[in-house]
Amino acid sequence: MKDEVKLMKGNEAIARAAIRYGADGYFGYPITPQSEVLETLEAEMPWETTGMVVLQAESEVASINMVYGGAAAGKAVMTSSSSPGVSLMQEGISYLAASELPALIVNVMRGGPGLGTIQPSQADYFQATKGGGHGDYHLIVLAPSTVQEMADFVGLGFDLAFKYRTPAMILADGVVGQMMEKVVLPPQRPRRTNEELAAQCPWAVTGKPDTRKGNVITSLELDSAIMEKNNERFQATYRRIEENEVRYEAKYVDDADYLIVAFGSVARICLKAIEDARKKGLKVGLIRPITLWPFPYKAIEEAAAHTKGILCVELNAGQMIEDVRLAVGDKVPVCHFGRMGGIVPNPQEVLDALERDFNIK
Amino acid sequence: MTREEIINTGNKVYSRPRLLNKNNMHYCPGCSHGVVHKLVAEVIDEMGLEHDTIGVAPVGCAVFAYNYLDIDWVEAAHGRAPAVATAISRLRPDKVLFTYQGDGDLAAIGSAETIHACTRGENIVIIMINNGIYGMTGGQMSPCTLEGAKTATTPYGRRTDLNGFPLRVADVVSLLDGTCYVTRQAVHTPGAVRKAKAALKKAFQNALDKKGTSFVEVVSTCNSGWKMSPAKSNKWMEENMFAHYPLGDLKNTVEPEKK
Repeated sequence: MKDEVKLMKGNEAIARAAIRYGADGYFGYPITPQSEVLETLEAEMPWETTGMVVLQAESEVASINMVYGGAAAGKAVMTSSSSPGVSLMQEGISYLAASELPALIVNVMRGGPGLGTIQPSQADYFQATKGGGHGDYHLIVLAPSTVQEMADFVGLGFDLAFKYRTPAMILADGVVGQMMEKVVLPPQRPRRTNEELAAQCPWAVTGKPDTRKGNVITSLELDSAIMEKNNERFQATYRRIEENEVRYEAKYVDDADYLIVAFGSVARICLKAIEDARKKGLKVGLIRPITLWPFPYKAIEEAAAHTKGILCVELNAGQMIEDVRLAVGDKVPVCHFGRMGGIVPNPQEVLDALERDFNIK
Repeated sequence: MTREEIINTGNKVYSRPRLLNKNNMHYCPGCSHGVVHKLVAEVIDEMGLEHDTIGVAPVGCAVFAYNYLDIDWVEAAHGRAPAVATAISRLRPDKVLFTYQGDGDLAAIGSAETIHACTRGENIVIIMINNGIYGMTGGQMSPCTLEGAKTATTPYGRRTDLNGFPLRVADVVSLLDGTCYVTRQAVHTPGAVRKAKAALKKAFQNALDKKGTSFVEVVSTCNSGWKMSPAKSNKWMEENMFAHYPLGDLKNTVEPEKK
């Protein structure tokens, strides 16, 4: 059968892909620039077709705790929000990680801090990749740069979350959320039955059958010795994820004299800058981290080995640059070019920054 | 009748509820939690809901409720139990969800989640243990602390000009269209225990019948937090707590004639 190509916004793609994946529930609260996720789901009424639950919660705090409840029941549940709302969710995200629950959280980032602006940003990189809430934990963080990836990462995010029993996040920027592109949605999958769920998630709360003891989902453990063991188990999971789930895209890196590292929609602007540079004979390559955690340290280190400099381009004051510096150490100079407050740079600005920072020409 | 005939198990009129396990409870002697746990265990067992009930535990003294009742449990973040129960109830309408929360958890940090679960009419049971204090953290003022009551954060007594007035949560949620049954009970006498059990049974039946949200407040003692003996706590509760939190049904749309 021929793939059905449709034109839609990134936020709409998230919603439609969730239904197609066979997600069990979505709980969310309106906030610009991601409200189309909830709006699309309410308009699609998936409870009439797949049986997916959609609920507009009273706050982002309630949303993430509904996700916590749904995840505790073994269901494939998700929420979406934008930066200020995701700040409110940090407590619940920490609980999800600590209780080893799979869930999908979408952050369509807007400019901050505070109420900030409704325009695009990537300033929640630290929050998403370094923990965000309290305690030692990580999320699997996926950074889409196209509407197609917005759709694809819903399924990938859920699959990884269930594989490792840990929450996953799609960290998109307002550009990818709002822009319209062609997209092919995945085929419709049926939702898991409660019987399949009980077999696949023996830890889930389902009502206690006679065949097992009561299941308890909790992050509390007052015995420090056991709590340390729990933390060691979390860290072991994170090491497995780091070993197996690093994803990135590399373009023009083999002969590159300079490297640009950028994620999300910014990577596409940088790709145009790189193509313009190459027309002028300046050999620039691109590494686009797709998983921001686990971060592609090794790929960047290897790609940078034969380069004279790395430019990190971000819609923030310089956040991912810290991971890029960790990747290459003192071997290659690393500079940052960023716009803040909702400003998106054009390819010429990126190229100018590269030439300025590395005294090219 | 010989002694052997009397202790024959056939004559047994009372025993530990089947679903209440043998773990030693961490509650203080005289605390109401143990009695309410027992009632919940009895109600679930008697209604045959052992396999179909999921409990949501709070943050506070009852955070370890899951250590005592042999059913499936989720332990929620502080105040968020109604949101957690909402999602599970929506995703598993074949199950009965109840939250078990104290007044600090429910009436302060969880007031938004409580009001919105109740106004949506989630088919869940909310059990609120109201002892007018934060027990677990060492006896600080809660929204339900009575005027004049001394706590760790109101060492000279709660002043309404500084701290506002004690919150009657059951009265608030009884005004919401989503609640079908709102009642205020106590467990300080055998008679009160029997009434509280009947109330819990009604609440679980309402959840089973998808009638909306049932809210069962149990006015309780916290003798360690109140710095009183268990017996004196009961007396103080009768004389002071019941005056501000009168017992009885506030709302019953399922059996309106019996109100």
